[in-house]
Amino acid sequence: MTVELQPGKPQEPGGRVPGGRQPEPGPPRSPRAWWRRPAVHTGVAGAVLGYLLGHLLGNFIAHGYSQVQNSGQNDYAIVLGYVLGTVGWLAGLGVFNDLLRQLAGRPVHAAEEAGDSSSGLARYFRYSLDHKVVGLQYLVGMIGYFLTGGLLAMAIRTELLSPSTHVFSSAAYTEIVGEHGTMMMMMLSSIILGPLGNYLMPLMIGSKRMAFPRIEALSFWLTPAAYLILLSGLMFGGFPFGWTGYAPLSVEATQGADAYAVAFGVMGISLILLGFNIIVTIVCYRAPGMRWSRLPIFVWAILTTSFLMVLAAPVLVGGMYMMITDRTVQTAFFTSDLGGSSYLWENLFWFFGHPEVYILALPGFGIVCEILPVFCRKPLFGYRIAAAGMVGVTLLSFFVWQHHLFDSGINPDMRPVFMLTTELISIPTGFIFLVALGTFWKAKIRFSVPMLFALGFYFNFLIGGISGVFLSDVPADTTEHGTFFVMAHFHYTIMGGLVFAFMGGLYYWLPKMMGIELNQKLGKIHFWTMFVFFNSTFLPLFAVGMAGQPRRVYTYARSLETLNDWVSISAFLLGGSILVFVINFVWSTVIARVPAPGNPWRSRGLEWQIPSPPPPGNFTVVPVVLSGPYEYGVAGAPPVADLDPPLGVISRDSLGDAAEQVEV
Amino acid sequence: MTAAPTAVPAAGTGREPNHGLRIVAIWLPIALAADLLIWFVWGPHLPPGDLSNSAASQQSDLTVMAVLAAPVMAFVLVFAGYALVVWRHREGDDEDGPPIHGNTRVSVAWIAITSALVLSLAVFGTAELVNPAGAGAGEGNTPIWKPGGGAPLQVQVIAQQWRFTYRYPQFGGFESTTLMLPVGQNVQFNVTSLDVIHSFWAYQLGVKADANPDVDNVAYTRPLHTGAVTVRCAELCGLWHADMTTAGRVVTVAAFRGWATATRTQLAPLTKNLPPFTLTYDPNAVAQLGKAFQKAGLSGAGGQYYGPQYPVQP
Repeated sequence: MTVELQPGKPQEPGGRVPGGRQPEPGPPRSPRAWWRRPAVHTGVAGAVLGYLLGHLLGNFIAHGYSQVQNSGQNDYAIVLGYVLGTVGWLAGLGVFNDLLRQLAGRPVHAAEEAGDSSSGLARYFRYSLDHKVVGLQYLVGMIGYFLTGGLLAMAIRTELLSPSTHVFSSAAYTEIVGEHGTMMMMMLSSIILGPLGNYLMPLMIGSKRMAFPRIEALSFWLTPAAYLILLSGLMFGGFPFGWTGYAPLSVEATQGADAYAVAFGVMGISLILLGFNIIVTIVCYRAPGMRWSRLPIFVWAILTTSFLMVLAAPVLVGGMYMMITDRTVQTAFFTSDLGGSSYLWENLFWFFGHPEVYILALPGFGIVCEILPVFCRKPLFGYRIAAAGMVGVTLLSFFVWQHHLFDSGINPDMRPVFMLTTELISIPTGFIFLVALGTFWKAKIRFSVPMLFALGFYFNFLIGGISGVFLSDVPADTTEHGTFFVMAHFHYTIMGGLVFAFMGGLYYWLPKMMGIELNQKLGKIHFWTMFVFFNSTFLPLFAVGMAGQPRRVYTYARSLETLNDWVSISAFLLGGSILVFVINFVWSTVIARVPAPGNPWRSRGLEWQIPSPPPPGNFTVVPVVLSGPYEYGVAGAPPVADLDPPLGVISRDSLGDAAEQVEV
Repeated sequence: MTAAPTAVPAAGTGREPNHGLRIVAIWLPIALAADLLIWFVWGPHLPPGDLSNSAASQQSDLTVMAVLAAPVMAFVLVFAGYALVVWRHREGDDEDGPPIHGNTRVSVAWIAITSALVLSLAVFGTAELVNPAGAGAGEGNTPIWKPGGGAPLQVQVIAQQWRFTYRYPQFGGFESTTLMLPVGQNVQFNVTSLDVIHSFWAYQLGVKADANPDVDNVAYTRPLHTGAVTVRCAELCGLWHADMTTAGRVVTVAAFRGWATATRTQLAPLTKNLPPFTLTYDPNAVAQLGKAFQKAGLSGAGGQYYGPQYPVQP
């Protein structure tokens, strides 16, 4: 009979061998003055130095190039400035300190053991190795990126108020569209895995830490760099090709395109790091008894999302690298008359780009499936089906990318296949709806704010998903492709799906993460305004697209002005509802700070069984998980976990259905 | 913890009603009404209309998908709506719901029904794709679904920043900035680009084909009756993407022949300066086109990006 023992230390950091000869532990961090410790300010200094160095280097390399002299733009200097600026930013933050120490064979500071030794606000501005600090850094960062993208959307809708009176020039409008799309699709890829995944997943699987704290922190600190690089493109006139960056337009474009390519590449690296850290943590750091069949469904969602990130983002990074070399050293990957192909970019981009949209959708599935049982007071209906649905979506999402290219002229004989795979993906997506309807059956539904957002998610995703079936059909897609119909479709799945789920997750888990309640009244106002104005904004856009308005236009047919005005006004009101959220967030977390009860939702989730916010190290000892997280209403169900298990007496068998020895 | 897994009926309601039957009873008429409305009222007016056989196939696809989607949407919404009303939490009831972990029969039925719907849609979509010769979508330079019945009228679409030019190789290769098509005849569009990726989108014809530089992208259609056509660019191609529109018309065969012959004669001095008709054009040789247009006192097409009709700032 095997015995599940309390693991000693989950991992020996700094290259120490468990049980082997240990090097001396590093000295405790010297109590230096704050401005002498690496933090954001040294990072900025490093970034500026790095940028200047890169710019200088680029000018030195390219000063005699006729191509630079002819076009009057030096992409070498810009690209090298961005790249070395990013490296300088990381170096200034102290990302490489431990790495260099290890390279030199010296012991590292064991800072990740019990979280950052420092406390207070300052640690949020440092390269902290505590997963809870990184989670909150991600949260604030992602909200900031989201608001930036949202403001750009307001600018888009302002221009579209009239087909003939222009607020922005055509060039400025194209810049704004590109920045909005890239900001939302690129920066917000980790809107859930970053904050909620990093913060909550270790709590949900009963781990004291993430597998690779340094990589986790690095994945966050790359995002501000990507954000600033992307926005800096505006100083060079932006990029005129949207977020898809189709070559050869992107190869010909001015320096703003360098900002796009480097920022997207940096963010791609961040996604890879984030993803594989989460995979390793889920696979290797589950508490004893946390079987795959007891894994919270949210953890399944971020596990599958992480696989998508790890497998798809490298293609993106490679594609961006090719674009950069096309723009600088004159390779011709995407230039047809020099042996390249514009189709190569389309395929590379969408081979990343379609998994990307499931990177955005799957975590939302996870959140709503997590919220439903708590507020229905019922077990999740068809747990295995939900997990299978997520795995199915993950697998299929790699086989559908050519549905973005139905009209492009590549291999027509493959069209029925990609039509089939695209339509097949609605089967596992449908599982998520089956799970919801089954959970509703004879439930006791409580309309608290997180539940409202989850219900909003289902309503929106129903429309988003069904419109996706319309797009998968090649004949119908011939009319819909490249129009506002597509745009409405993916806003329904991403804004209506992902962002609603994110908001629901925030209202649900912020009491856990900060120990503070978000104001429920403002939360209800936020939900209802967001739900109504979201639908009022994007539902008419299906009609606008079907009536023949292409995407990314600053002017349009006069006959569509009324619909566009309706949409614009709704969009401003939608912006107002996001403002309600910001006010609620700031009011609740900064000003009011009403302490939340330990488990306000009476959830069975493991993360709710410990104090809020969780103490450093999460659990005093690694807990032993006794039953699944959704056993609501099950007579005699054991508690979800024993938080103080007796050492060495828990056998695998007794953790089964009976759980006799650990009756609490 | 709840006492027993069997649901105790709430006080005052007596026997537990048959919820499933009730949901179906609400759903069925809604779904039926929606489907009838879609099929008979909405469907015939769905974009992109029926000006051509490809447009008609898209319209019928949209109608069929809407007919299949409406009951699914209605079922989810009716079920959820019923649940939110009937199974909402009542004040003072602190018990948990019944511990239902799943139901194999329900799950199998759900998966079977969604799979059947999806697979039949894929089969139907494929038929509708193959039948009207690619349904108006660009098929690349080796089209596999071609219309029968003689050689089609060939129209080359030359896209550039930011306009479309139409070339009629069967009429001496003259170029026109308006798209003219005869009714009832198969048309073969050869779409190419001189610079970046554009997309030739003839809205009412239901034709969309990307214009890639150095690529000949073929799309077929057959206009069914006369009418106006709006052509727009459907792929972001830079600064004046939104302005890249042209008007086109489907006219009677006689009117088309008259127009083509007259234009051919009228443009003959110009046409002889154009590069000979090929399926793609070398972007580096486009400058010649500009010269031809300058000679005729025209501006805009052929490499001269900023014609007088495009101010620097709108």
